[in-house]
Amino acid sequence: MKVKVLSRNPDDYVRETKLDIQRVPRNYDPTLHPFEVNREYTRALNATKLERVFAKPFLASLDGHKDGVNCMAKHAKSLSKLLSGSCDGELKVWDLTKHECVRTLQAHEGFVRGIVVRFCGTSFFTAGDDKTIKQWKMESPGYGEEEEPLNTILGKTVFTGLDHHQKDGVFATCGQQVDIWDEQRSSPIRSFTWGVDSFSAVRFNPVEVRHHVSTTLRHTHTHTHTHTHTHTHTLYSFSMFTLAYKVFIVSLPDAFKMDCLIFLCLTSLYTYDMRFLDRPITVHMDHVSAVLDVDYSPTGKEFVSASFDKTIRIFPKDGGRSREVYHTKRMQHVICVKWSADNKFILSGSDEMNIRLWKANAAEKLGVLTPREKVAVNYSQKLKEKFQHHPQIRRIAHHRHLPKSIFHQTKELRVMKEARRRKERNVRKHSRPGAVPVVSEKEKHVVTVVK
Amino acid sequence: MASPGKASVSDSHVGKKKKPPARYWQEETDGEKKGAEDGGRAAEEEPRTQKPKQEEHQREGKRFISGKSDPFPGPAPIPEDRLQKFKRKEKTKKHRRQHYKLRDIITRSEEASEMAQKQAARFDILLPEDAGFLEGDEEEDTYTISQEDIADAVDITSGAKYFNLKLSQFGPYRVDYSKTGRHLLLGGRRGHVACVDWQSKQLMCEINVMESINDVKWLHSETMYAVAQKKWLHIYDSNGIELHCIRKFNDVLRMQFLPYHFLLATASASSFLKYLDVSVGKEVTAICTKTGRLDVMCQNPHNAIIHLGHPNGTVTLWSPNQKEALVKMLCHQGGVRSVTVDKSGTYMVTSGMDKKLKVYDIRALKPLQSYFLPAGASCLSLSQRGLLSATTGDVVQVYKDVCNTPVTKPYMAHRVRGTAWGLSFCPFEDVLGVGHGDGFTSMLVPGAGEPNFDGLDANPYRSAKQRQEWEVKALLEKIQPELISLDPCELGQVDQATFQQRHQDRVQALVSVWKNLIVLLDT
Repeated sequence: MKVKVLSRNPDDYVRETKLDIQRVPRNYDPTLHPFEVNREYTRALNATKLERVFAKPFLASLDGHKDGVNCMAKHAKSLSKLLSGSCDGELKVWDLTKHECVRTLQAHEGFVRGIVVRFCGTSFFTAGDDKTIKQWKMESPGYGEEEEPLNTILGKTVFTGLDHHQKDGVFATCGQQVDIWDEQRSSPIRSFTWGVDSFSAVRFNPVEVRHHVSTTLRHTHTHTHTHTHTHTHTLYSFSMFTLAYKVFIVSLPDAFKMDCLIFLCLTSLYTYDMRFLDRPITVHMDHVSAVLDVDYSPTGKEFVSASFDKTIRIFPKDGGRSREVYHTKRMQHVICVKWSADNKFILSGSDEMNIRLWKANAAEKLGVLTPREKVAVNYSQKLKEKFQHHPQIRRIAHHRHLPKSIFHQTKELRVMKEARRRKERNVRKHSRPGAVPVVSEKEKHVVTVVK
Repeated sequence: MASPGKASVSDSHVGKKKKPPARYWQEETDGEKKGAEDGGRAAEEEPRTQKPKQEEHQREGKRFISGKSDPFPGPAPIPEDRLQKFKRKEKTKKHRRQHYKLRDIITRSEEASEMAQKQAARFDILLPEDAGFLEGDEEEDTYTISQEDIADAVDITSGAKYFNLKLSQFGPYRVDYSKTGRHLLLGGRRGHVACVDWQSKQLMCEINVMESINDVKWLHSETMYAVAQKKWLHIYDSNGIELHCIRKFNDVLRMQFLPYHFLLATASASSFLKYLDVSVGKEVTAICTKTGRLDVMCQNPHNAIIHLGHPNGTVTLWSPNQKEALVKMLCHQGGVRSVTVDKSGTYMVTSGMDKKLKVYDIRALKPLQSYFLPAGASCLSLSQRGLLSATTGDVVQVYKDVCNTPVTKPYMAHRVRGTAWGLSFCPFEDVLGVGHGDGFTSMLVPGAGEPNFDGLDANPYRSAKQRQEWEVKALLEKIQPELISLDPCELGQVDQATFQQRHQDRVQALVSVWKNLIVLLDT
């Protein structure tokens, strides 16, 4: 007879010395691992709950300004420097690693309306309510030296926005009109106006280096070609009043060569494709009060918005609802917000004189992770993604604590919206078929298109 | 992972007439080329354009300095049956009208799934152990080979796995092996309980509970076990210390432990099926089955459903979420004596008082085979590799591959000293444990155990630290009892019923609107 009985040599299965790691032989046969889906579901549920447990996004508060923070600027070359301008003309340079103010200077008499760091990182420009544009050195002045701007340009009207070109020595301001300045000249090389509206913000397009966009106070935005000085493109109007809204241009990956703009209007944000400006691609609605500032993440997949209702929200670029909301009892109306260039942090400046540093991913562990930690994080992330649509997991993942006022306001807005929708449905039901056309949410916000 | 030849080769310079540097062995070819050039140019163009194509084809395999090409280009092929073993689901059919994002997501996830399937199938070759086997000589039937012969023929460690424990004082013994197969629990009818590490013959604890015992079962690890005593359910530590006496569970006759749910299912003499969550210590459900004394019980390891056999010949399937049986099957003409289900949850083997042994496909609920045994089988057990053991009186018979092919004779047979009372295959070993009136016998059954275990699931060679870590992880991924149903993959499927219901509601609403319109138009 031929016989073989299973006999394992323990030397193959037990570690040799105490200093070795344990041996773990694997067999991926599915019959040895029953209940795959159920166990993965339980793990995903635990991962979602733990994410909520570890979601502590607030990191630090930068204290020091004597008036509300009006604008912020990221340093072009350094991740740890931040510049911020306040409503009393003071400008502070912060070291984000030590949470300290490194330099303070009195830039303007009045609001600091715009700060922008030159692409080389050695100097920065500020524009203020005292109708001046000043260029400053990035290094602190040495011992005994006075804080003096490198260059001062006196303008005729108040400037409300400032932006610098990504490669050339050209910057743009807006106020009564949009001006394009050369760094060497003291008068603008080109000016644009449309109608009698004044402008509130201007931005250079980082990809299409000859374009810039600016917005006006009364709900229009324009898209112009700067150097060729030919055509203004299209002007658009919106139906709702705004407090003020700005435009931020971000380029999506170069494969598309498509530019996205985000406009802020009352409580929502609109993403537009620059090639087709007649209707927004997406409407992002989650704030209950005016949206004051927006910034894209360096990956371009998400953006953060600051609003008058004391919260900041992070939206995915194609999603209508926010994925995250940050708020604190001490943070009042958030005026400006920036997403740091390493995609990890969000900075918010509010009108109670503080700049707050937040984590972009609230449950992320900062610092260097060991390889096992990285594997565990990746696994939990994938599990959460896989089971995100199951109702119990979705309920936990979407749950956020909101301040009572915002919670009640959201409910009220929802009731109002539902009432309007029901009324429209009834009108449509009781009128001639086709008399009341169905207008999509995106089209509702566009009044006319003016060429 | 990436096949070696798939890298794109830019042949932008292939068409050009750049000559490689002259080598001393290439004089002839140069001469040939020159001769061809003197001829027509047109004739030359064609071979030139064909040459780059040939070179490109050659470059698909590995490029060697000698110019030879790889005769087996691409990744090694995987046999179909191995790939099939790891296949989970068929590919979803994609509609034309689906949103492009959804289609993209489905395509990507299916690609990733296929890659995982291939990787797992490739890893299969690295499994260290092979299954056991027993082959007789020509004209020799394997069931005539005795256990002593087998023990002599194999090596000393395997031979030590055949042993008898003479325990004639305390009645017939129930047997249970722990999930890793390392530890053995013996429970005699007159109250003797012993837990042993049977491979090293080390006694962990031995107590007498001074009451009659109906059943013994290990809980999730070798640290705790449950004993169904005459009146109540008791839980003991592996040192023999009584941890709990659960009075709610009275008159328990049989028990089954569901390892991934941490549930102990108990069948009582008063026809109650009760589930106890051993991690929290709460009774999950108590189902009054109203079918009489519950004597025959087994679990389906694939979907955690409990099978109960009844004296009227029916087998009923139960889940803690329903007060009625999920399925009622009439299996035998007399009472059902024993039920067992295989580990993949496909086949159920039952034996009854009508001396028949029947095999059913439990997923389609269809009978497959029916055998006649001269004396019916009182206990049944299926091993990890599909061997069936059946006991009648004091004879234990093992059959090979009962479910697929009709079987005419047993694979092995053995006579034990008393009437068999408990039967259990050891999980990762080629061993069958029989508890009988005279004690316990461990017999060798080559080819019964799964040769390759998974270290993260049930590792017979785990240390205490590894056991503790495993216990924590297992508790964290404990499945809630609400998820127990006939199909364990229900969570992974789209809830079509709710979708259909909502669709119907919407259609009804629109239809009513249309009807109103028509009425309006008519008037």
